[in-house]
Amino acid sequence: MESVAQTAFPWVVWVVAVLLIFQGVLMIVAYTVLAERKVLGWIQGRIGPNRVGPWGLLQPFADLLKFIFKEDLVPDKSSRFVYYLAPIVALTCALMPMVVYPFGPAITTVDWSFLPWHVGDGIHTLPLTVAQIDVGVLFVLGITSVGVYGIALAGWSSNSKYSLMGGLRSSAQMVSYELAMGAAVLGPVLLAGSLDLNRIIGAQIGSPWYMRWFIVPQFIAFVVFLIAAFAETNRVPFDLPEAETELVAGFHTEYSALKFALFFMAEYVNMFTVSVMVTVLFLGGWYVPGLSHLFEVGSIPYAIFSHIGFLIKICFFLFFYIWVRGTLPRFRFDQLMNFGWKFLLPVALINVIVTIVVVYFLNS
Amino acid sequence: MVLSAVFFLFAGLAIASAISMVYHKNPLYSAISLIGVFVSLSCIYITLAAPFIAAVQVLIYAGAIMVLVVFVIMLLNLDDAPSLNRLHYLYGVGAGLGGILLIQTFFIFYAVLRAPNHAVAENQTVGKTLSIGSAMYTEYLLPVEIVGVLLLMAVIGAVILVRRLNQPELEKLVDEELTRRNEEDEIGDYRISI
Repeated sequence: MESVAQTAFPWVVWVVAVLLIFQGVLMIVAYTVLAERKVLGWIQGRIGPNRVGPWGLLQPFADLLKFIFKEDLVPDKSSRFVYYLAPIVALTCALMPMVVYPFGPAITTVDWSFLPWHVGDGIHTLPLTVAQIDVGVLFVLGITSVGVYGIALAGWSSNSKYSLMGGLRSSAQMVSYELAMGAAVLGPVLLAGSLDLNRIIGAQIGSPWYMRWFIVPQFIAFVVFLIAAFAETNRVPFDLPEAETELVAGFHTEYSALKFALFFMAEYVNMFTVSVMVTVLFLGGWYVPGLSHLFEVGSIPYAIFSHIGFLIKICFFLFFYIWVRGTLPRFRFDQLMNFGWKFLLPVALINVIVTIVVVYFLNS
Repeated sequence: MVLSAVFFLFAGLAIASAISMVYHKNPLYSAISLIGVFVSLSCIYITLAAPFIAAVQVLIYAGAIMVLVVFVIMLLNLDDAPSLNRLHYLYGVGAGLGGILLIQTFFIFYAVLRAPNHAVAENQTVGKTLSIGSAMYTEYLLPVEIVGVLLLMAVIGAVILVRRLNQPELEKLVDEELTRRNEEDEIGDYRISI
């Protein structure tokens, strides 16, 4: 009994962790949608949704039920298989990176031997990350780059010219801005000397006080990353794939009911992903300055307050997205391409070269 | 146990996707199958303790190169292209190449079986980012430089191929082609800028 429990224990922990993160991320996403409608309402002098539950707090669930009960239409001349595949690819690729997010510092001071069947014996650290892999940054970039197919294939398989134009625009846009984004990520990675998200946070904690968050030495990379993130998530001012004045609704024109809901969720999960990446790469992730003086490093309260700090930073960026959406008009497509290739990419590359030189001289 | 189950799962997926890539008539389905091959291969790399190679495989092949391929297929819309008149002598060439590949596989299998076992433990860090980076910029510096120059040449070549015509000539050419297509097509003007 004991050995079976001991073998099964790590798996149980993993499964519980994955389910918890899944649930947490989807709840954040649901309430981002509500927050977007509320904040846009305030910016435009309206009230926003306020009918379902107190202050409209149950609106996301009402929306979800509505999506489930809507009629599921499939266009007559679509390519069935790809048409069904596209929303699945989009949402799966959006959700997969969450296994490498560092949600908080490892809990190291708790003795787990009080657990029954000796399952906690010999376990001293409980990392608040599901999978600590060596190449976390590349993993996130790679999986999100596969997410482009969801949109491109949706546009192609619907067999509608608006969808096709939206799909083509979005693949061109995402491939172009991925380069600038990758080059911007290289700055913090070079300073930290690692591709592991936890080690990047560790490197920021270990830096001298005036550059404790990499936003200080890497401010240019931060700005480039933020702009590229808007293009990667197809948000205003770069929401050309679904520019409603030109393309009806772009790549998801022909999608209805739950399949549309999957695209919708994928967009908001992607927003969450880039917010996490900005926070981890440039704002120290879960690190809250001064918290180590209040609580012992590695204890449970330290982990909880660090996690809250992490969530606050992410929520700021989610708010920033909505704020920008309520403020800026949309770009034209050629302006978007010129801006990405002729301004953003060179700036990011120059930043990388300067960073390489500085890191070389600092290390030698 | 778990590792070999995962290996067989993704090896099977890779082979199935490869077969579906070759046999599909529609080029877009072939492209999707090829993406399936790349993703399954990268999963196998992870089971072989080479996370960096796995991530780069997905990032570059599945994420960048195949997007361009899919892009071109979608733009050209090859749906109603006539099916290729296959040349029958190519079957012989294909069988020959396949035979060579099979012999190679058996040879590698034989060599691996004969190699002493303790070498595996020493190479555990081979796929890690740090060891790849330090090997690339010390031991294999010259190949890396040569590849860099080669890629630069390819980029410049692509630019020169496009710029062979100056801008007004190019615009005139595109315009003529579009009017020709419009005359063939009954639907009318479909000049949409993306």
